[in-house]
Amino acid sequence: MRLEVDIRKTLHSRDRSFVLEASFSSQDDLTVIFGASGSGKSLTIQAIAGLVRPDRGRIAVGGELLFDDSQGVDLPTRERKMGYLFQDYALFPHLSVQENIAYPLKKTWCFGLLPEQRQEVAEIMAAFEITHLAQSLPDELSGGQRQRVALARALIKKPSILLLDEPFSALDSMLRHRMRLELLEIRQRFAVPLVVITHDPADVEVFADTLVVFENGGVKEVSRRRQQPEPVHANVWRQKVCWRAKWEQEQQAQAA
Amino acid sequence: MPDLFPLWLTLRIAFFATLIAFGFAVAFAWIVARFTFWGRDLLDAILTLPLVMPPTVLGYYLIVVWGRNGWLGGWLYAHLGISLMFTWQGAVLAATVVAFPLLFKSARAAFEGVNTEYEKAARILGDNEIQVFFRVTLPLAARGLVAGTMLAFARAMGDFGATLMIAGNIQGKTQTAAMAVFDAVQVGDYTLANTLVGIMSVVCITILVMTNKLAARRVNYET
Repeated sequence: MRLEVDIRKTLHSRDRSFVLEASFSSQDDLTVIFGASGSGKSLTIQAIAGLVRPDRGRIAVGGELLFDDSQGVDLPTRERKMGYLFQDYALFPHLSVQENIAYPLKKTWCFGLLPEQRQEVAEIMAAFEITHLAQSLPDELSGGQRQRVALARALIKKPSILLLDEPFSALDSMLRHRMRLELLEIRQRFAVPLVVITHDPADVEVFADTLVVFENGGVKEVSRRRQQPEPVHANVWRQKVCWRAKWEQEQQAQAA
Repeated sequence: MPDLFPLWLTLRIAFFATLIAFGFAVAFAWIVARFTFWGRDLLDAILTLPLVMPPTVLGYYLIVVWGRNGWLGGWLYAHLGISLMFTWQGAVLAATVVAFPLLFKSARAAFEGVNTEYEKAARILGDNEIQVFFRVTLPLAARGLVAGTMLAFARAMGDFGATLMIAGNIQGKTQTAAMAVFDAVQVGDYTLANTLVGIMSVVCITILVMTNKLAARRVNYET
């Protein structure tokens, strides 16, 4: 999956303005966009999903042009065929788990789902082991269950790419590790490329085949796991994002 | 048995007034809640104005606009031969205007209470803007809208001044419960006054209690 982003967007608030100038591309199916909060990474994936309109630039996913101001292309969000996992999952609070998952399939109120759609919902609920929760409301679920429901809802229409906004930040650390592994499995099963934005170095270790580091509204560095010296020494990879390792490196350099 | 025609008329007027106010209030509230534009605060103030202005002033405005020589009323009378003056439809107009701000305010708060993230999620899941509104925004704002509607209905039932200005106080035609109470007290018919006051009080208290219950339960969705 090829992801190409080259956008510019200025945001104004009362007394300051923020300029995002993001340009990077990725050819891997696992891309991590890493940066502190306020570095522009959220804005970037919102632009990919079509929730935010860049002032200028170009966005293409898998060869399909989604946005290009010079050609006047700006595909509406609903036509971009994206999967998107919100930070707090954004499960519709007035709908049951089953209705949430069926949401993208059902386009009217009055008619129920077709039998094959019902089958589809049942299958994906079974795949995520949430069949027993079908009638529950999102309020009644635990963090891990909510994430599974949100993933099932995002994946039922077989999106071309799945964008995840800080996917594990709402979970406690024990659960976080398990959900990371689950997400890797899901990626395999649904063969969907992932773009994960995060400020957690652990996510980088697990998910980054391509790592894009954001800083102050710009791309600081793009690196690929494949191009790291073999065998991939965990520390080399971690040094890019782990402040402790970076600090130690600097200390050593100073000592030498 | 006292003449209960004013009561039925009041309910009929309040029903139609609430219906009309609902349509306009929801549309304006959605626009004001979801978009930022020049003059938004002014628009909000104008739409809230009937809440604070003396009802007779409102009634005067209504005559200026809808009277036989008014901006809209003049056209209606000249082309269709219709006049709203001194008709129960005119009373509906007055009740609509006085009830509108209550619905508008509640609807605005209800729409602003809906986290826009749900709307974004719906768009990503393939909804167009109309679907987003009817499948996500409206259901999530429903409790606030129902509460506002009930308040508006109660207010529409109780209007006196604006209705008097435009529809008059014609017994058996435009005399609402509020006016019948006034007349009954004037002529010393306390049986009729007590009956009407009693029924209206019970209806209004019921509506307010139900509104409070709805408002208390609404908290769930507001995150």
